[in-house]
Amino acid sequence: MFSELTHKLEGVLKRLRGQGKISEQNIADALKEVRLALLEADVNYKVVKQFTEAVKTKALGREVLTSITPGQQFVKIVFDELRNLMGEGASEISFASVPPTVILLAGLQGSGKTTVAAKLARRFKQKGKKGILIAGDVYRPAAIEQLKTLAKAVPVEIYYEKENRGVVEIVERGLEIARKRVLDCAIIDTAGRLHIDDSMMDEIREIKQRVNPNETILVADGMTGQDAVSVASKFSDSLGIDGVILTKMDGDERGGAALSIKAVSGAPIRYIGVGEKLDALEVFHPDRMASRILGMGDVLTLVEKAEAAIDAKEAERLQRKLLKETFTLEDFLVQIKQIKRMGPLEDIIGMIPGLSKLKGIDVDERAVVRVEAIINSMTREERINPDMIDGSRRRRIAAGSGTKVQDVNRLLKDFQQVRKLVKQMKKGKLGGMLRSMLSG
Amino acid sequence: MVRKGFSKQFTSLLKGLDKSRRALGEGLAKILRTGDDSQILEDIEELLIGADVGVETAQEIVKAIEKHGKLDEAGIRQAIEDEVVSILESTQGEPLSLRAKPHVIMVVGVNGTGKTTTIAKLANNFVSQGYEVLLGACDTFRAAAIDQLEIWAKRVGADMVRHKPGADAASVAYDALSAAVARDIDVVILDTAGRLQTKKNLMEELAKITRVSSKVVEGAPHDVLLVLDATTGQNALSQARAFSEACRVNGIVVAKLDGTAKGGIVVAIARRFKIPIVYIGTGEALEDLAPFDARVFAQGLLR
Repeated sequence: MFSELTHKLEGVLKRLRGQGKISEQNIADALKEVRLALLEADVNYKVVKQFTEAVKTKALGREVLTSITPGQQFVKIVFDELRNLMGEGASEISFASVPPTVILLAGLQGSGKTTVAAKLARRFKQKGKKGILIAGDVYRPAAIEQLKTLAKAVPVEIYYEKENRGVVEIVERGLEIARKRVLDCAIIDTAGRLHIDDSMMDEIREIKQRVNPNETILVADGMTGQDAVSVASKFSDSLGIDGVILTKMDGDERGGAALSIKAVSGAPIRYIGVGEKLDALEVFHPDRMASRILGMGDVLTLVEKAEAAIDAKEAERLQRKLLKETFTLEDFLVQIKQIKRMGPLEDIIGMIPGLSKLKGIDVDERAVVRVEAIINSMTREERINPDMIDGSRRRRIAAGSGTKVQDVNRLLKDFQQVRKLVKQMKKGKLGGMLRSMLSG
Repeated sequence: MVRKGFSKQFTSLLKGLDKSRRALGEGLAKILRTGDDSQILEDIEELLIGADVGVETAQEIVKAIEKHGKLDEAGIRQAIEDEVVSILESTQGEPLSLRAKPHVIMVVGVNGTGKTTTIAKLANNFVSQGYEVLLGACDTFRAAAIDQLEIWAKRVGADMVRHKPGADAASVAYDALSAAVARDIDVVILDTAGRLQTKKNLMEELAKITRVSSKVVEGAPHDVLLVLDATTGQNALSQARAFSEACRVNGIVVAKLDGTAKGGIVVAIARRFKIPIVYIGTGEALEDLAPFDARVFAQGLLR
C-alpha cells in the first residue's frame, strides 16, 4: 500500500534532509510537491489543504530554519502531522463488561462487510472469545449463503433466517441467542447501502436503536477516491459511527482514504483488511502507517508478523548457525518457508526501513518457488556441503527441479554471498543482495 | 444491443449523474460568483480534483481554460465542458453487438465493484431481446458467488454452467462455452472472481481463461468488460492498466454512479487509455444500465 505516495514523498524529503540550510522558499516548494503527492494518492483535497497549512505553520514557527538539521526537523513535522491525521494510537474494538459485545457493520455495496464480519469473528476467536455472526443482509442474492460459508471456514456460529425480510427481527432474535448462551460477541452483517438512500439509512438506524450496539463500524473500501469523505461524514452524521475498518488495503498504491476518513468523521480506523484470507486483518497503527508512508519502514509490524510465523527456538538455532558459518542450504530452505508464512514478499520488503524503494521492482514470488525446487532436488549431502556440487550435479539438479543450470549456479553463488554478507549485514548492504535474489 | 429510446437512456444517465452534476455544478457556480480572479483557476483545479479526475487531468483542463484568456462565467463553463467532452469522446464506446455465435463476454474487475450485478443487467437485456443467454460461473473463489449468480440466472431466465467452489475457473469457462455450442446459445457471459490488480497469479488466471475460451470458440472472448466502481479514486487507472495487460479489455463499465461519487475518474481513464467506455450502472434494478454517452456525461458532470 501507499508505494506511489511513499516514493514521491521520499524524493521530496530526501532533498530537504540533505541540506544544511533551508529557506522559506524551500519549504514552500517542498509543500507544493507534498500537496500534489497527497492529491494523487486520493487524499481528500480539503484534508490536503489543512495538512499542508498545518505543516507550514509548524515548519516556519518552530525555528526549523535556524536548526542545525532543518531537513530532519521538517521530516519530523510531516511525520507528526501524518500521524495526527490518522489518529492518536491503535484503537482496537474493546469488549464490553457485560457480554455480548455487539458490533454492527455498515457500509456501501461491495466495501467488504461480509468478509470483515468473518475476519473479526476469527480474530476474536483466536483471543478465546466466543461469538456469533448474524446475517442481516436480506437483500443481496446469496449474501446469507456467503456468510454461512465463511462462518464454516472460521468456524464460528451463525444466526440467519432464510425467508424473513424483517432485518430488525432477525437481528434481535440472533442477539437473544447470544445473550442466552452468554457469548462474548455478536457481529451483525448488514446489506450494502448508499449513504444517500434515505429508506435504507432509516433501516440501519432502526437496527441501531433497537439493539444498541457497543460498536457501530463503517466498513469502507480503501481504494475510494475523493468521495470517501462524503460517505464517511454521511454515515457519521446520520447513523453515528465508533470506528472504521478500511478494506482492500493490499491493492492500493495510494490509499488516501486512510488519511482522509479519520479527519472528516472523527472516528478512528480500527483495522485494515490486507488480503482475501480470513487472517488478513491488521490492527491499524497511525504511527506505523505514517512511518511506512514516509518510507521509514514498519519494523514493529514486521517483528509481530515474524513472531507469529516463526518458531522462536528454530530461529535462534538458525541465527547461531548463521553466525558460526555452519549455515547450510537445508537451513536456508527452512528459512524460506518461514518467511513465506509471513505473507507476500512485497509487503514484507515495504516494512523494512530503507528498502521501500525496492517496492518498485517486481518481486517474483515464483523465484522463491524456484529456489525451493532447486534445493529440494539436491541430496542431503549436497545441501550440507554445497561445494561438492560440480557440473554434472548441477545439470542433474536443474533437470530435477525443472530449472536451468544457470538458475542453479545463481542460487549457489547467492548462497555463498549470504554467508559472506552475514558479517556485513549491519552495514545495511542487505538491499543489493535481496534485489538480486528476488527479481525473477 | 438495440438501443432503448434515447429519452429513457438520457434520463437514466442523468438520474445517475444527478449528484455528481449537482456537486460539481454548484461548486463551479459558487467559485465563479465569489472567487476573485487569481483564485478562480486554482479553485477550478481543486474542484476537478475533488471530482476524482486526478491532478494531471485537472491541470490539463485548467490550462485549456487559461488559453482562452479572460472568460465570463458561461465561457468558463463552456471551456471546461468542451475539454471534458474532447477527452471523453476519444473513448466513446458502442453498446455491445453480437458478432459471433455464441458471442462470449468476459467480465472482470477488482473485488466488490459490481461485476455480478452488471452481468445480471446485461443478461436481462439480451434475454429481453429474445436471445438465449448462458452464464458461466467462473468465480469459484468467493464464498457463495456461484449461488449469487445462479439466483440472477433464474431471475432473468438465463442458463448457467457451474462447478463446485474452488474448481479451476478456466475449466468452468471451457464447459460453459462447450455447453453453449451444444445448446445453440447466442450469448455467453463469464463471471470471474474479483481480484486486486496487484495479485499477479490471479491476473494470470484471467489470461488462462482467455486462452481456454479461444480454444472452444474462435475469437472468444469477443468482449472483455472491466467493471469499475465509480467511487474509486485514481487507483482505477492502475486497474485499467493491469487488467488490460492481463486480458485485452475492450470495454469499461462504470458501476455505482447512483451514489455521490463524481465519476470524474472516467475522464482520467479516457485521457490515459484508449479503452471504450461502454455502459454506466445507475442503480440496483435490472434496468439500471445505460449506454455511455460522452456528451451527456460531460454535460451532466458540469451543468
